[in-house]
Amino acid sequence: MTSADTLLQVNDLTVEVKGARGVGRAVDGVSFGISAGETLGVVGESGSGKSLTCLSVIRLNPKPASRIASGSIRFDGRELLELDAEGLRAYRGREIAMILQDPMTSLNPVLTIGDQIREALKLHRGLSRADETRVAEDLLARLRVPEPHRVLRSYPHELSGGMRQRVVGAIALAGRPRLLIADEPTTALDVTVQAAYLALLRKLQREEGLAILFVTHDLGAVARICDRVAVMYGGRIVESATTATFFSGAAHPYSRALLRSLPDVSKPPERLEPIPGQPPSVFAARKGCLFADRCPEVQARCRELEPPQSSVAEGHFVHCWARQP
Amino acid sequence: MLRVALSRLLQGLLTLLMTSVIVFVLARTSGSPVDLVLPSEATAAERQAYIERNGLDRPLPVQYGVFLVNALQGDFGTSLRTRQPALDLVMSRLGRTLALATLGLVIALVVSVPIGVLSATHREGAWDRVGQGFALLGQSIPSFLLGIVLILVFSIHLRWLPSSGIGDWRNYILPAVVLGWSISAGIVRLLRSSMLEALGAEFVKLARSKGLSEATVVWKHGLRNALIPVLTFVGFMYGVIIASAVVVEVVFGWPGLGYLAYESTLWRDFPVLQCAVLVYTAIIVSINFLVDLGYGIADPRVRT
Ligand SMILES: Nc1ncnc2c1ncn2[C@@H]1O[C@H](COP(=O)(O)OP(=O)(O)OP(=O)(O)O)[C@@H](O)[C@H]1O
Ligand SMILES: [Mg+2]
Repeated sequence: MTSADTLLQVNDLTVEVKGARGVGRAVDGVSFGISAGETLGVVGESGSGKSLTCLSVIRLNPKPASRIASGSIRFDGRELLELDAEGLRAYRGREIAMILQDPMTSLNPVLTIGDQIREALKLHRGLSRADETRVAEDLLARLRVPEPHRVLRSYPHELSGGMRQRVVGAIALAGRPRLLIADEPTTALDVTVQAAYLALLRKLQREEGLAILFVTHDLGAVARICDRVAVMYGGRIVESATTATFFSGAAHPYSRALLRSLPDVSKPPERLEPIPGQPPSVFAARKGCLFADRCPEVQARCRELEPPQSSVAEGHFVHCWARQP
Repeated sequence: MLRVALSRLLQGLLTLLMTSVIVFVLARTSGSPVDLVLPSEATAAERQAYIERNGLDRPLPVQYGVFLVNALQGDFGTSLRTRQPALDLVMSRLGRTLALATLGLVIALVVSVPIGVLSATHREGAWDRVGQGFALLGQSIPSFLLGIVLILVFSIHLRWLPSSGIGDWRNYILPAVVLGWSISAGIVRLLRSSMLEALGAEFVKLARSKGLSEATVVWKHGLRNALIPVLTFVGFMYGVIIASAVVVEVVFGWPGLGYLAYESTLWRDFPVLQCAVLVYTAIIVSINFLVDLGYGIADPRVRT
């Protein structure tokens, strides 16, 4: 999967979490790559390890609750896991920026929006104070925030959720990053605001040649902005494909179940088909295919051996015994 | 904000008024001023004359009215002991007590804010144990005991610092340390828990993701938020140290308001005691008022 213009290459990433029941694997041998200008969508049920995977990229995974146990995270050829805290800090914000899920809690309530944007500008661009304000206003304007001048002097609680998430976007872009990690950036927004925000991300990505790692529950959002999709289940990537291939010919039974649970807007509304059963606990034994208990196509070996990766087509990989050639 | 400030001001005045009623009633029910002021060998006629001169034969509410009107004009009567106006006596002592309490507060903050922050950032580590030990000692050692121990060590044994009285800056150190000590434990524990909460918040994750240094994340983003709940506590505790200075002032022979209140109680010098209690109340009411205002400045969410 590694190609010359791969910006971020994650290989065999394993993240352990500590809980009352011992140590579990929340991310289990995850590999993926993102090229400049590309958007990779990561989808999967709640608890499948999506957030932990992307937080681990810049080592913001919760501590001491979790630990990166093994793997490799290469950014622009540089191994991030070998860097010390100070070395990694040079990548945060400047090369890799982050948009968190909840705009209501991700801004500091006691600092003005201006303080929070200028802080990033000062750190990454070393501008003069007057320039900082001008650039901050420009950033807000690019994220279509009305009256940037006034917003700079506001506090987070004075803005709507949609506006706050735009501010978070502006902060993310302040360091002119090459990779943007967006962990469910639209989940907390209402539907019309969601669509506008996604369109904005797409536009910014084209303008800046930004690579985006886009985590979502929402397959609709995937269809709108992702070039490729990786499906996570129980801490593993079970399928990855281009967006078009995924929607037309998903191979893994779990991916197909996810797609079936999506309401089809072209047909009259019908009942959603939730996937029966429960996702596996991170503390459960990791034997065989983790989806086996819920899988309609389960075979005997599924419960015994972990399915290897097989290639369905160029750029389309799946881990499933039922899809072995 | 303005409306909140005004209503707080009104509440404060009401508190003061109620305290004056209580103080007045207590003073009158604990014995007639006649017995206190006049020598025991005074004749019945002398007593009667005193009662009429001071209006003590009028109904209690009327007497309270007179007391209140006088008090509003700054007249709290004269000390039974020294014959000086009670208010002058109280005011001459107030500055020393405020200076001591403020220094105590500053010492408490300088020591306990870093300990509170470090025990949160080094959770379950060495700093956290230091903080927990500190908090435990702070809660279990009463200030009079600490005062006596400090006098034994630093004044009597080492002879570094004076044990009592006022003189230069060295006289401030021991009593201020004792006052600060009495509130540090609370600040450490409260700050540790509010700091842990702040550091777990999403905005701290975002601040880290910006590439800010850990020091900026902790001391700017974390502490600014964690201090908000601590502010109320510290304001309240400032009032508590001013009031609890009585013990420390007696131990260290510090001639402040607390010492005056202590002496006035021993001598049954009611005019001075009344005045001291009302001044205490006024100070605590104003501190609470200032804390409310400060809260509005520290937390923009309550400013609107
Ligand atoms: N701070 C933590 N302490 C303990 N366990 C955690 C912690 N954070 C995550 N986990 C565990 O790691 C697993 C993966 O969590 P993660 O947040 O990555 O899921 P997710 O796919 O992002 O889910 P969601 O869609 O709900 O955001 C979960 O099962 C959870 O139990
Ligand atoms: Mg998540």
